[in-house]
Formats: sequence, C-alpha cells, structure tokens
Amino acid sequence: MNITTFIIVSVIKTALVLFVLLTAVAYTVWLERKVVGHMQNRWGPTRVGPFGLLQPAADGIKFLFKEDLTPPHVFKPLYIAAPMIAVIFAVTSIAVIPFGNWFSVGNFRTPFQITDVNIGLLVVLGITSLGVYGVALSGWSSNSKYSLLGGLRASAQMVSYEIALGLSLVGVLILAGTFSLRGIVEAQAGHFWGFIPNWFIFRGGQIFAFFIYLTAAYAETNRIPFDLPEAETELVAGYHTEYSAMKFAMFFMAEYANMITVACLASLLFLGGWSGPLFGPGWLQQLLPLLWFVLRVFGFLFVYIWVRGTLPRFRYDQLMAFGWKFLLPLAIANLVVTALVVVLKP
Amino acid sequence: MNLLLQRHPINSALSLVVVMGALAVEFLLLGAEFVAAIQVIVYAGAVMVLFVFVIMLLNAGEEERTGGSRVAWLLGIPAVLAGMVIVCWALLSEPGSVALGVTPQAQEAFGNAPAISQLLFHQFLLPFEVTSILVLIAIMGAVVLAVRPESAQKTKKEI
Repeated sequence: MNITTFIIVSVIKTALVLFVLLTAVAYTVWLERKVVGHMQNRWGPTRVGPFGLLQPAADGIKFLFKEDLTPPHVFKPLYIAAPMIAVIFAVTSIAVIPFGNWFSVGNFRTPFQITDVNIGLLVVLGITSLGVYGVALSGWSSNSKYSLLGGLRASAQMVSYEIALGLSLVGVLILAGTFSLRGIVEAQAGHFWGFIPNWFIFRGGQIFAFFIYLTAAYAETNRIPFDLPEAETELVAGYHTEYSAMKFAMFFMAEYANMITVACLASLLFLGGWSGPLFGPGWLQQLLPLLWFVLRVFGFLFVYIWVRGTLPRFRYDQLMAFGWKFLLPLAIANLVVTALVVVLKP
Repeated sequence: MNLLLQRHPINSALSLVVVMGALAVEFLLLGAEFVAAIQVIVYAGAVMVLFVFVIMLLNAGEEERTGGSRVAWLLGIPAVLAGMVIVCWALLSEPGSVALGVTPQAQEAFGNAPAISQLLFHQFLLPFEVTSILVLIAIMGAVVLAVRPESAQKTKKEI
C-alpha cells in the first residue's frame, strides 16, 4: 500500500487503540472496586448508573474539577513533568502489541496492531525500564520525606524486578526464535496430543517462567503484594503524596495502563495470544481472535485484582530479598533448563 | 548541549537520558535495531536511573555561577568550532560513508540479533566472559565499600 494509505491507516489505528486503552483503564478501576468490594463482602460502586458502570465517568469529572494545587516547595519543572512521563511511557508500549490476526477488506490488508517491529518484545521491556523515571522523579521533585522515600523504594523495587521479568521471558524467546510479538504468537499455533493447544505454558513447559513473569509484573506495576511504595498506612501515599487532581489521576492511569500492558504481554507470550475456535462468516472470523484475546486479558486483570484483595503486603526487605534471592535464580534456572532442552532435543 | 548548559544536576541527568535515546535512534537508523533496544534498556533504563538516584540522594543543588574567566571564552569557542570543522571534514571526505538510510547490506551485516550473537559467542567469547567477571568485581567492590564498619552497628537503632 502506498504511503498515504499507510499513514491514514496508522493514525486511525492509533486513535482507536488509544481510545480503547483509556476506556479500558477507566473500567479496570471500576472492575477493581467491584471485585475487591465483593471479596470484602460489600457492594462496590452501585449508585452511579446500573451496577455503578458510570462511576469512572463520575471520577473523571471529579478529577477534572478538583483544585489542582501545586505546593510551593516542589521543584516545579519535574513536578509537572513526572506524571506526564509516567503516563506517556505507560501508554506507548501498547503500540507494538498485536490484538488479533490480519484484517482484510477487499484487497486491503492490515494487521490488528499499530506496528510490528521485529524487536517488539525488547521495545516493551525498554519502555518498562523507562517508566521508572516517572516514579523516581515524582518522588524527588515533591520535596517531602514521604515522597522521597516512597519514590526511592518504588524505583529500587521496579529496577530489581525488571531483571527477573526480562530473564523469565528469555525462555519464551528461545522457543519462539524471534523478538517480534506477532512471531511469538504464531509460533504457538496448532495443537499437540490432539486437543491441548500449543501454548508456551503447556508445550514449551514455561509454567515456571509464567509464574516468575506474573510475580515480577506485580512488582513492576507496584501492585499488592508489592505495593509498599504507595501503601497508605506506611508512607502516607508514597511518591504521589503531594499530587492532587489531574496529576494524581495521571499516575493512576499510568499504573492501570501498565497493568493492562502486562496482561496483554502475558497472554501473548504464554497463552497463545489470540488463538481460539474460529467459526462463522468471514468478517466474524476476523473479529473472533480479538474476542479471545480480550478474554485472556480480562482473565489476567481479574487475577490481578483477585490477588490484590487476598494477599497482605510484603515488607520492603522481604520484597527485595524475594526479588534478588529467589526470583532471579529461579529465572536463570528456567533459562538454563529451557536452553538445554531445546539444544538436546532431537 | 543542554547537558552542559543546565545548572541543576538533575536537569543534566535527564538531558543525558535524552542523549541515550538519541543514540538509540541513531542505531535504529543504521539498521541495528537490537543494539538500539538494548541501549535503551540498559543505558537509559538502568544506568541513568542509578545516576538519578545518586543525584536525588546527594541533594546536589544548583551550581553557582562562577563568572568564568574571559580567557576560557576567548580560547574555548574557537577551539570547539575548529574541532567540529575537522570532524565534519573527516567524515565528509570519505566517499559515501554518511548514509542516513538503511542499506540492504547493512541490514544483513550487523546490528540484528543473530549477527550479534554470532559474533559475541564465537569471535568475542573471551572478552564477553572477562567483561562479565569485571562487572562482578565492580559489584563486589561496591558492596564492600557500602558495608558499615562493625563499631557503627552497635549503635544502630531498632528499625
């Protein structure tokens, strides 16, 4: 296709994906409040709209109208820039994530993905690494001891668990042979033993890598059981203490967008992406993979929220010891075993 | 340039992050996408975070304006300009070496993951292993320097 078609299609895809992502962020908040509420034997939001479905809209309006005060003792340039940095990096990594197979109308064909770079996985890892800056800089620029401590703890935790995160994915890379996310999903096509799908968690034996990845991802996104940096009872509110209204909402959005990205990655790398039974007419067959993908992502988000409602929080030294002394050796062991199996198999 | 001109060290550190990003983009333009991604992950994502940590913890304030000496300005600026002219002349005089696009030969030759791994684990295996031991020694040195002496531990309060 020529260059103008490409640009128009890319702009449309980007706008669509952004819209869906931001709506998903808002409704993930709703889902969390409902699920955690039900786990704690109470209703979540029920007043605003049926089942409280308009609650995110109400929250959004509240954040827009709240007083956006800037305390006088902050370091202004970074104070204003840090939430923007956090949100930008959280939302950017969605650009390389494929949602489904090809979409073709007539003789026009485009993948369900904004762009397919052949280092897609490394791009996502790199952007996750850069997301640490949003947290660290917000903690420091707020110029208060709670924020500084929260920011430092959060960045140390994120940097430590990034390593385990990356290493757990190398097993998948060895099996797939490519960094491109679409390529990794396509390497999981098919079934073995008749009906068990060829996903890396089953056939590739990456069950340990799956759990390491999930645990490291909980730590990366600062969620329970690793949410000491934003624990209200420990640190006032950690690195986002001095933030109000829209900037606070931006940190919130960044955290949930990170959650969604992690869930997308987990379903792509370990659970076979968008594979699932296909039936129906042609156009339905193009949209069904999207449905399967969304179901997997929803499953992961539910597990995220479930863990949040269930587990207590790690203490900081327990957290760091867990990351360095347990997850990292386990990830390396997984890598070594996977490499050996791949090399020695006939 | 911003890196040198900023007065507050944290702004300089962030400018350095942008410099790393620019380097990564240059690698991309040359067709070495793996190196670009690794540059972002390792340099901008980890090393610079540690830099930023240090600046945050040391609470380094803004630099004072020292006024500078007139001689430095008089000699410095022409010297920098002369240096840049020499570098540009050296680059431009070689035929066809300033290429902004990705040539097909370049794409197959270097920079992508299979080519790098081929080089790294065959020709450059010994430097690779020695570098990893060097990094390990650096880590051990940092830990040794950071461990407090025995006498200070008796007066540590219960946290």
